[in-house]
Amino acid sequence: MGERITLAHGNGGKLMHELVDRLRIKFSNKILDEMSDAAELCVQKSKIAFSTDSYVVKPLFFPGGDIGKLAVFGTVNDISMKGARPLFISLSLIIEEGLGISLLDRIMTSVREASRRARVQVVTGDIKVVERASADKIFINTSGIGLIINTKRRIGSKAEKGDLIVINGKIAEHGMAVINAREKLGFISGIKSDCTNLNVQAERCIKASKRISVMRDLTRGGLATALCEIASFSNLGIELYEKNIPIKGNVRRMCDMLGFDPLYVANEGKFVCFVDKKDASKVKRGMGKSAAIIGEVVSSHKKEVYLKTVIDAGRILQMPVYDQLPRIC
Amino acid sequence: MKKIRLMEVCGTHTMAIAKAGIKKLLPSGIELVSGPGCPVCVTAQGDIDRAIEISRFDNVIMTTFGDMMRVPGTKESLDDMRGKGHDVRLVYSCRDALNIARYNTGKKVVFMGVGFETTSPTVAATVIEAEKKGIRNFFVLSDFKLIFPALEIMAKSEKPAIDGFICPGHVSVITGSMPYEKIAAKYGKPCVIAGFETADILKSIIRLTDLIKRREYSVVTEYKRAVKRSGNRKAQKILNSVFEKSDTTWRGLGMIGKSGLRLKNEYRRFDAGGEFRVKIPRTKRRIACICGDILKGAKSPVECKLFGKACTPRKPVGPCMVSSEGTCAACYKYEK
Repeated sequence: MGERITLAHGNGGKLMHELVDRLRIKFSNKILDEMSDAAELCVQKSKIAFSTDSYVVKPLFFPGGDIGKLAVFGTVNDISMKGARPLFISLSLIIEEGLGISLLDRIMTSVREASRRARVQVVTGDIKVVERASADKIFINTSGIGLIINTKRRIGSKAEKGDLIVINGKIAEHGMAVINAREKLGFISGIKSDCTNLNVQAERCIKASKRISVMRDLTRGGLATALCEIASFSNLGIELYEKNIPIKGNVRRMCDMLGFDPLYVANEGKFVCFVDKKDASKVKRGMGKSAAIIGEVVSSHKKEVYLKTVIDAGRILQMPVYDQLPRIC
Repeated sequence: MKKIRLMEVCGTHTMAIAKAGIKKLLPSGIELVSGPGCPVCVTAQGDIDRAIEISRFDNVIMTTFGDMMRVPGTKESLDDMRGKGHDVRLVYSCRDALNIARYNTGKKVVFMGVGFETTSPTVAATVIEAEKKGIRNFFVLSDFKLIFPALEIMAKSEKPAIDGFICPGHVSVITGSMPYEKIAAKYGKPCVIAGFETADILKSIIRLTDLIKRREYSVVTEYKRAVKRSGNRKAQKILNSVFEKSDTTWRGLGMIGKSGLRLKNEYRRFDAGGEFRVKIPRTKRRIACICGDILKGAKSPVECKLFGKACTPRKPVGPCMVSSEGTCAACYKYEK
């Protein structure tokens, strides 16, 4: 029996990267090889960001969001991270036979509200229905394009030595909200998903500084995975200060109870900016009141993320392999 | 000056110590070694094989905690069985398994239970609930362990000789601090019951070294906000009404008398071991894996030839690399 796809091939960690790479080689070109969340295209002198993403989430509705909102904001955010203003998106639905029409309506209302909020238009779409058990209720794919805002320094995937790392708020809320709802863990914690559009904040950052090298939204795999990717792609090290990383007390406690490391838990409304030291505080202001400077790009620890813990000891953050599982006692 | 060797018994402490980087800050005179307190790691290979054999039955839904899924038995893991189409499900608690039984009356639902005194009372409560509700298709495969018999072996051990114990906070919430008193006095090993915050652990290390220096062989509870001397009496009562002590095999430590739990006669009908008669292939020890020595604190992960090479979180050979509380996993993830 040959090797098979496991759930770990889709979790944002090591196995997924290997799979992505295996596929990327087949289509290798300059744009794809950049490996960023959105492709940067040049069409008749206009610079365009183009991105696509599929959304599967269980349950479909969770505190703070739902699959419709995720599908719009996910693609909007991928485009925004390229330094672009998102304009148009497509909407493709794969629906399992038996889904309630009223449920579909609720999801579509959410799509409408989210696209209004992010100021994008749904301009094309598709529907497929599959037999019962061939899909889980509904899967959504969205693709989108946006116009890249002109900046001096191109926003790409490579950070530069001396860049400071700024985050726009508290981590790990989406992942913990979804797991609480899905597994009916019954934490009466008030933890809500942070699911939101980042285009407004991202544009504010770009206007505040022309010295941003990388912007990255933190989705599955969490902060640690995103930083591991950037360190590796930039061929530089990242030093991260644990005490500066914003996290809500109740989220941290829930992570502690389950034995999860919040640095690896998913977010849907958080991003990091890698920016020249000089402009870090300006960018931080643009990222809102919960923003924080959490680290720095260094030439030591090449391709690694080095975490300075609260007691000033250090450890390396690894790219994850398997999803985190709750501990036993 | 003589080196002081402290053992953190509990897997959650092992993880917390690695995560905060505590070992790197300790003076060279203090050594921390990990003990046999990770429930996944100490589960004998034969017990995993037995669960795997039971999961092969057509009408069985096998359930267990997340980490147990990936631990390899002699040949395969429960995760492999799921991959082959057998109905193996991950649950967050034993009650989830009972609910599965309620909604799948045509199937026999087996819960493979591992863990220490922290986990077993909740399972006992679930068995009582199943009895009350007359649920007949629910079974427990009891691979539970009691920490004190293992702790006593560690206290007696010459290699490595432990000077003091950082004792598990969660277990002690249930058992109380009393059971440690005998061990501390009899073997001359001070015990400090610690919480799981970095500050809790650091405080406990300071306290423990202080006790060792003064040759005070007593039990101190640093985790006062949760642990009482008598523990949680109600949980103890529930546990003792459903389970009784039995001999059991630990990975790495072998057979330890009265260190496991089996269902009492009046609840024996929930015993999966009795319901499913399976033949377990004879356990062969994997030659190069030193999980056994690691569980005893006799060796550290980096002394294993397989560590980080043939044995990684992706392709774990031994359970210490699989479990999120395992010593090898902690070492690989945070200290490598």
